[in-house]
Amino acid sequence: MADYAKPLPEITAESKPFWDACARHELLVQKCRACGTVQYYPRGVCAACWSADVEWTPSAGRGRVYTFTVTYRTQARGFRDELPYVLAWIELEEGVQVMSNIVAVDPAKVAVGLPVRVTFDDVKEGFSIPKFTAA
Amino acid sequence: MKPQALIAGVHEFPERKTAKSMLEIQALSARAALEDAGLGKKDVDGYFTVAANPGIGPLPIVDYLNLNPKYIDGTTIGGSSFVAHVNHAAAAIAEGRCRVALITYGSTSRSSGVAVGTRERISGDYLDQFEALYGTSTVGLYAMVARRHMHEYGTTSEQLAEIAVATRTHASLNPLALYRDPISVKDVLASPMISAPLHLLDCCVITDGGGALVVVHPDLARDLKKPPVRLLGSAEAIAHTSGGRRDFLVSAAAESGPRALAEAGLSPRDVSMAMIYDSFTITVLVTLEDLGFCKKGQGGAFVSGGRIALGGELPINTDGGGLSSNHPGMRGIFLVVEAVKQLRGECGERQVRDCRVALVHGTGGALGNRHSGATLILGRS
Ligand SMILES: [Zn+2]
Repeated sequence: MADYAKPLPEITAESKPFWDACARHELLVQKCRACGTVQYYPRGVCAACWSADVEWTPSAGRGRVYTFTVTYRTQARGFRDELPYVLAWIELEEGVQVMSNIVAVDPAKVAVGLPVRVTFDDVKEGFSIPKFTAA
Repeated sequence: MKPQALIAGVHEFPERKTAKSMLEIQALSARAALEDAGLGKKDVDGYFTVAANPGIGPLPIVDYLNLNPKYIDGTTIGGSSFVAHVNHAAAAIAEGRCRVALITYGSTSRSSGVAVGTRERISGDYLDQFEALYGTSTVGLYAMVARRHMHEYGTTSEQLAEIAVATRTHASLNPLALYRDPISVKDVLASPMISAPLHLLDCCVITDGGGALVVVHPDLARDLKKPPVRLLGSAEAIAHTSGGRRDFLVSAAAESGPRALAEAGLSPRDVSMAMIYDSFTITVLVTLEDLGFCKKGQGGAFVSGGRIALGGELPINTDGGGLSSNHPGMRGIFLVVEAVKQLRGECGERQVRDCRVALVHGTGGALGNRHSGATLILGRS
């Protein structure tokens, strides 16, 4: 756990509620109180209308693989020691896409449309990274 | 129609691996492009390049070149930047802000050992914490678009390989190209898988290189050494993650392409040849669809059967492209150089017959998260 060689999130005030929730193993998305749009990645304004009145809302953490790639060669820190790995865009039930890794699934079994659920990788004290696995 | 501006001079730095610096490459290219135009250093009053230094952009290169431009643009939106610079230069010229715009690029990606496609893609901004954590690389981001295209439309690795094969055939006719030995679809499929479904030969090469373009006011036409190429239409666009609701199979070309063609009053059928940014084979396939050369989803069939090779219906990337000729980190400038040479009939063995209209489309960034698209429609004098 202390040896996590992959990049860690640089948490700022803007993203702290998201990462605090991850540490509790809860995946958050945002909903705009002005126009009702649900968005991901989280940010200080609604991407649709720029209202600053956005609220955090829990995601069920379920979705499907929108697309993915199995990477066999990379220089990416940490990942180069764990080849191959799966990078993916997941479409959550809430309708938004999330970039993540598909873990604990044979890469040969990953397909577009595969139902997945969030799982948290507790990489360091206070740091849990949302990843996805077969539902 | 009335040209917005003329492309009067071009130059491609010939070396693929060099001991020269990125600044030196740009100075030598600038001089050669101005010579090609029949103009000189003293004529330059507008200057455009990418920001090699975050925060100060073109300042060091302007100092090195000892220029005193009246108009400066350091727009940096990935490999398409230089295509966008032509659009910006035309706007500046039309506004009367400058008359002779110089655009340059230089890079030593190869000699400095930059693994452009497979290195960790970290931008140092807020977005990293939602993407870079997961091992993003340039090739991985494009590979995700290829996978989705295969899923939606049944596109195959063989069809993507056709693009690499046709491009290599063109490279075999370009004495400057990095790789000139012909390859087959089988060779592409047998090359190592980098980020599935993209193989090594689906990816562009890494070289040193650079070049320069000279864009001028239409009034200067008579002072030029060669018949200038006319800019008939130009447009740019950005496509991104859209708050988490993006159709990743539609690129910025779907926005910029139709706008540039409309400005020129032309349709895809009028295009004699196209220079399409080929960071990866999938980049070309998606771009051709979005520019309207075929319907969305039919790119795989479109690129097969020799249609995009010399002698085909729409020859593309006749210089051998980024896939086989050169790709020094960014390649937009070469798209314009080759299109101009084709329109002037200077391409020798790889000349497109009766080349009247060329379309240039640059893609910068990554199709799989965010990218820019810049389209130019160029016509011969
Ligand atoms: Zn809103």
